[in-house]
Amino acid sequence: MSAAYKLTHLEQLEAESIYIMREVVAERERPVMLYSIGKDSSVLLHLAKKAFYPGKLPFPLLHVDTTWKFQDMIAFRNRLAAQGEFDLLVYTNEEGRENDVNPFDYDSDTYTEIMKTDALKAALDNYEFDAAFGGARRDEEKSRAKERVFSLRDKYHQWDPSNQRPELWNLYNSNIRKDEELRVFPLSNWTELDVWQYIYQENIEIVPLYFAKERPVVRRQGTWIMVDDDRMRLERDETPQMRMVRFRTLGCYPLSGAIESTADTLPEIIHEMLTAETSEREGRLIDHDQVASMERKKQEGYF
Amino acid sequence: MLQNAVSDLRPPLTVPNSLDQDVPDIDYINEYLAENEHKELLKFLTCGSVDDGKSTLIGRLLYDTNKVYEDHLSALLRDSSRLGRTDSEPDFALLADGLKAEQEQGITIDVAYRYFTTRARKYIIADCPGHSQYTKNMATGASNCELAVILIDAQNGVLDQTRRHSLIVSLLGIRQLIVAVNKMDLVHYDAAIYERIQAEYLAFAKGLNFTSVSFVPVAAKFGENIVEPSVNMPWYEGATIVDLLEAAPVAVARDLGHFCMTVQRVHRPGTDFRGYSGTVTKGLIHPGDPIVVLPAGIETHVERIVTMDGDLDVAHAPQSVTLTISDQLGVNRGDTFVSPQYKPQIGNELFTNIVWMNNKPLVPNKSYLFKLGAKQLSGKVSTIVHRLNVNTQVLEPCDELAVNEIGLVHIDLQQPVVYEDYETDKTMGSLIVIDRITNETVGAGMINHNLSSGASNR
Repeated sequence: MSAAYKLTHLEQLEAESIYIMREVVAERERPVMLYSIGKDSSVLLHLAKKAFYPGKLPFPLLHVDTTWKFQDMIAFRNRLAAQGEFDLLVYTNEEGRENDVNPFDYDSDTYTEIMKTDALKAALDNYEFDAAFGGARRDEEKSRAKERVFSLRDKYHQWDPSNQRPELWNLYNSNIRKDEELRVFPLSNWTELDVWQYIYQENIEIVPLYFAKERPVVRRQGTWIMVDDDRMRLERDETPQMRMVRFRTLGCYPLSGAIESTADTLPEIIHEMLTAETSEREGRLIDHDQVASMERKKQEGYF
Repeated sequence: MLQNAVSDLRPPLTVPNSLDQDVPDIDYINEYLAENEHKELLKFLTCGSVDDGKSTLIGRLLYDTNKVYEDHLSALLRDSSRLGRTDSEPDFALLADGLKAEQEQGITIDVAYRYFTTRARKYIIADCPGHSQYTKNMATGASNCELAVILIDAQNGVLDQTRRHSLIVSLLGIRQLIVAVNKMDLVHYDAAIYERIQAEYLAFAKGLNFTSVSFVPVAAKFGENIVEPSVNMPWYEGATIVDLLEAAPVAVARDLGHFCMTVQRVHRPGTDFRGYSGTVTKGLIHPGDPIVVLPAGIETHVERIVTMDGDLDVAHAPQSVTLTISDQLGVNRGDTFVSPQYKPQIGNELFTNIVWMNNKPLVPNKSYLFKLGAKQLSGKVSTIVHRLNVNTQVLEPCDELAVNEIGLVHIDLQQPVVYEDYETDKTMGSLIVIDRITNETVGAGMINHNLSSGASNR
């Protein structure tokens, strides 16, 4: 806050996000925060702590665990949860786990649908949540640019892009029927640079995988895939090699591409981001499968 | 030209890549971030009729300001061939048209938000569709913007759609307008055609509340007068679109006199803390300052301004804070804290301009929910005073408001609310109408009690 009673850009974004979160908690009975352990989730969690200070978060965090996340992500999640500032729910599609649904034997679309989308929908139904916070930003992807901050999902958790509620001023409409739910995106107006700058400014802890380090990787489909555990299936001509790499987005390790980098501090990461020529989703193999794949996944209930 | 992540199946490199990139100068980053941090934010909307080239103009804005990342362009090139477009220039509209259905129909069907940054400013574009049946989306986009860019196709001139959109942005309180006369390339860059459109538009816009109207002749497809000046229109010596955006005054909430904060949530995390969370909408507040709780009218004092970063000595708009007060009062969500000398209006009967947004028409005496600030109240429209014909600007009597119609109505609420005229205070003067059965947002309202200035707020 400055003496001129003028907020900086990030302070404005922060105030807006806090307003959105408080509005949901005031108007809905059973909110939840979808927690992916990524940097946007870290920012969302930090904002939630600010919104409801002093006091514990008035909603739990839900992590949909596909069982293929990086080990570093799970360790980070468990360490944060142990601090006792929030309740953590972890949900896995047990039928998928029992049948060994994995990103090697299944194409990424089917794998994502079973282990992520279906699991998320089952968790939301199981706990009867009526509003779920997500960390999506409108600058990330074309179909997200058209989604409301308060996004209505029908009883099948589906998004109907052609029938969205008008959303005017900051007068959000959270009224829904019992079988419907809201997805709420407090970071809608943040850009990737805003998120990094905020993490830097607020000293927010993020998973170490975002920072460059020598890691065992193999080259696949134009990107580096990390050999995170012994479940990784190597092709005959593949030998893991140590490379200085880091991740711009995190997900399931066999589907998350790393970039070669020496950036191991936030200013260096921001420098790299500013000079990067590809947007962050490039590293996610999942989005390349077909045109408009994200739009389709959203309609099916995936974020 | 661009690396495609899916098709690149080269074998792993055996020679380590050189990692001799310059280690960035931390000072440069900090300087850049400080500069970035203090950039002003301008939110504007773009609107136009179908095929005016709006998406192309936005694509150009993003492309020419280097915001479009390389892989988005790569996706664009793939999309262009998939849809069988054969123009030698990339189709810039595909950068802006996000949804699959839109790409196939070649039209924009929903508000999309775009972000770009120049050296001077950060911008959020609300890209609004031009179809008449999607007027609700245009009002949605306009509600949070300070400026509008209206597109006119130089081949068609001023259309009913142009008039309708201008009227809506004026009604929603936008006072700065840029009129982009597009497709000048298709009218041989003819200055006479541009001037005729300019004169026609100005004659129409006289009746609206714009404080500034600028005109620019553009050929969005070729980026002429978007970021770079046009070589084909030497007769135009004015500013480009981006020049105008960079120079547009940004309204900052600087009303420091009257403190106002609506209680968004009563915060009781334990037995020993009771705070009132909300966003300061105007003015300043310090610990110890007297405040009045409205609509009850009870006076108390602010004790603490609580945030996670420590208690504050002062809070101001638009900060989100939590206040504690010196008396045990029954304060509820939706109550308003104001400084004692500030006397906003209080009442349960509101004259309001309504943009109706639902296929089921607005019917008098039907019960609706009205959301103002943090309050949802039952009420009804007791009278429709008149409907505004957006094509002729004539006020007409009517029995109901159909979708996309605008009218002045009289609202009866079951409880009193604290409000201001929309013209004076957008936050305290705006409301939405919610259907009790479907839960849809069916109308947008702008309170307009100052009827002497023209009932339609024109």
